[in-house]
Amino acid sequence: MKRSEVVLETRGLSMYFGGVKAVDRVDFSLWDRELRCLIGPNGAGKSTFFKCLTGQLNPTAGSVVIRDVHVAGREPHEVSALGVGIKTQVPNVFSGLSVEENVWLAARRWHGPARARALTTETLERLQLTEIRAEMVESLAHGQRQWVELGMIVAADPWLVLLDEPAAGMTHDETTRTAELIREINTTATLIVVEHDMQFIRMISDKVTLFHEGRILMEDTMEVISADPKAREVYLGTRV
Amino acid sequence: MKLSLDFQGTVIIAIFGVIFMLAAPALFGKVTIIKMTVPISLAILALSLALVWGYGGILCFGQTAFFGLGAYAYSIAATNSGESTGAIVVAILVAATAAAILGYVVFYGRVSDVYLAVITLTVTLILYSLMRRTSGPDYKIGDALLGGFNGIKSPKINLPWDPGDTLSRLELFYPAIAALILAYLLCGWITRTHFGRVCTAIRENELRAELIGYDTRLYKLGIFTVGAAIAGLAGVLFCTGVTRVTPDVFNLYNASLVIIWVIVGGRGTLIGPVLGAFGLYYLTEWLGRTASINNNLILGIVLIIFVLGVPKGVVPTITDWLESRRGHRTLRAQERRMRLRRNRTGRESPS
Repeated sequence: MKRSEVVLETRGLSMYFGGVKAVDRVDFSLWDRELRCLIGPNGAGKSTFFKCLTGQLNPTAGSVVIRDVHVAGREPHEVSALGVGIKTQVPNVFSGLSVEENVWLAARRWHGPARARALTTETLERLQLTEIRAEMVESLAHGQRQWVELGMIVAADPWLVLLDEPAAGMTHDETTRTAELIREINTTATLIVVEHDMQFIRMISDKVTLFHEGRILMEDTMEVISADPKAREVYLGTRV
Repeated sequence: MKLSLDFQGTVIIAIFGVIFMLAAPALFGKVTIIKMTVPISLAILALSLALVWGYGGILCFGQTAFFGLGAYAYSIAATNSGESTGAIVVAILVAATAAAILGYVVFYGRVSDVYLAVITLTVTLILYSLMRRTSGPDYKIGDALLGGFNGIKSPKINLPWDPGDTLSRLELFYPAIAALILAYLLCGWITRTHFGRVCTAIRENELRAELIGYDTRLYKLGIFTVGAAIAGLAGVLFCTGVTRVTPDVFNLYNASLVIIWVIVGGRGTLIGPVLGAFGLYYLTEWLGRTASINNNLILGIVLIIFVLGVPKGVVPTITDWLESRRGHRTLRAQERRMRLRRNRTGRESPS
């Protein structure tokens, strides 16, 4: 696969809730091996846009194409079947099961028993979860739960990874480690990361897409965006 | 491996079942054993809901629909064919097919959990009033009169190779308890397969299961259908045990009883609901013989006590308690070891 290829593209993607235009005619392109951050103020439409990509919402209009496959209106498991790993905003894990079982279930979906076991062990080590592999996920701290979810994504060995607020609620150290992990995933996969935490975006960012009122306001590096007066006005305010 | 250890527990319980099967004739009188077929069949019904609700997370309020369909299908097929082996297969297939059709509609229609409970209950109640209206000579399938609220007489089970050699009510105990043990092993095995583990994962978080690529509708349909097949088999044993099947198998009282067995025994275990069914069956039977208190009142009180006081059910509560005791013991052992080490180093340091 060449580096210059578009792997995910939306054309005129719109999601309306009654009269509210949460996402409004968005044209978006993601290139192979890119690490793209989606930012924007609350209600800018990032998460709705994200859910349209992952099959959690059926868009009102427009198309989503992932490697030549139209996915708008498909079920989440069909999107996943294309080799896409998805992390939702609210941690979605199997609370009543062990850490190992969580990761194994993800690995086993696409691999045979032996390969799944190997992938599970490998993933647990990679995310430093080996020591707590037998613990129930419900007994873990918030940050660890997030990693279990990341582990489930990594274990399936996806080529495209979509993360909605992966660092939400993490301590500073945990955030740093998550940023390292995301950069590591980026060596083999293309990523979209929806995030609030500016600090975190600076750690990982490559190219940033700024959402505002359901549309893309601008697309550039974090330096350019934080210097732009209009972008500062809608989102960054005086904090940065 | 941890998993094979888990399955050992299931096998050990099954071995206890076999021992009970062999020892029962020496322990109990004939009447007790003859009467035991009914609670055994109810235990299999409880087991089917333990699989569907306890592991699959599907609250089916109408598990008795498949139980009753199994009983009716068996009685009709056996009356017509004059032998039982094929009729048992028909009964299981009818129950499973009904569940597959109903399940397809509710799971692929993305019906939410609460509505699923309401829909399954409604199906049972519809069957109840439907079967009550089938009295008279016009309502018959082949030679089998449906019989309205009097129901159908259920032919005896015969040996597979000889339709003339039927089992007495005493002998029926053996296939019944064997079916319970086999169904228990089957369920235990299913929960440990990849399929079963995905079903448990869906119970824990359906969206996550979808996001890692599982078509959750298909898995739910699968476990729902298997559960219905087991309930259908239970229905066969029930109707041969009481020699008749009436529309009452579909009534509200029975539909809620199954739920109570599972709640009392414990969701997320297989043996719990089985014990719950036996326990509550013999409790109500004993109350019916001795006390002048209303049975339903007692059952209601039992349910309230369990929902408020023992929400996890008997078996999970006991295992949790045993595990915490074991935990304490290892903690205490660790403390003792550390104390010893400290003493030793304490003794060594002055020298």
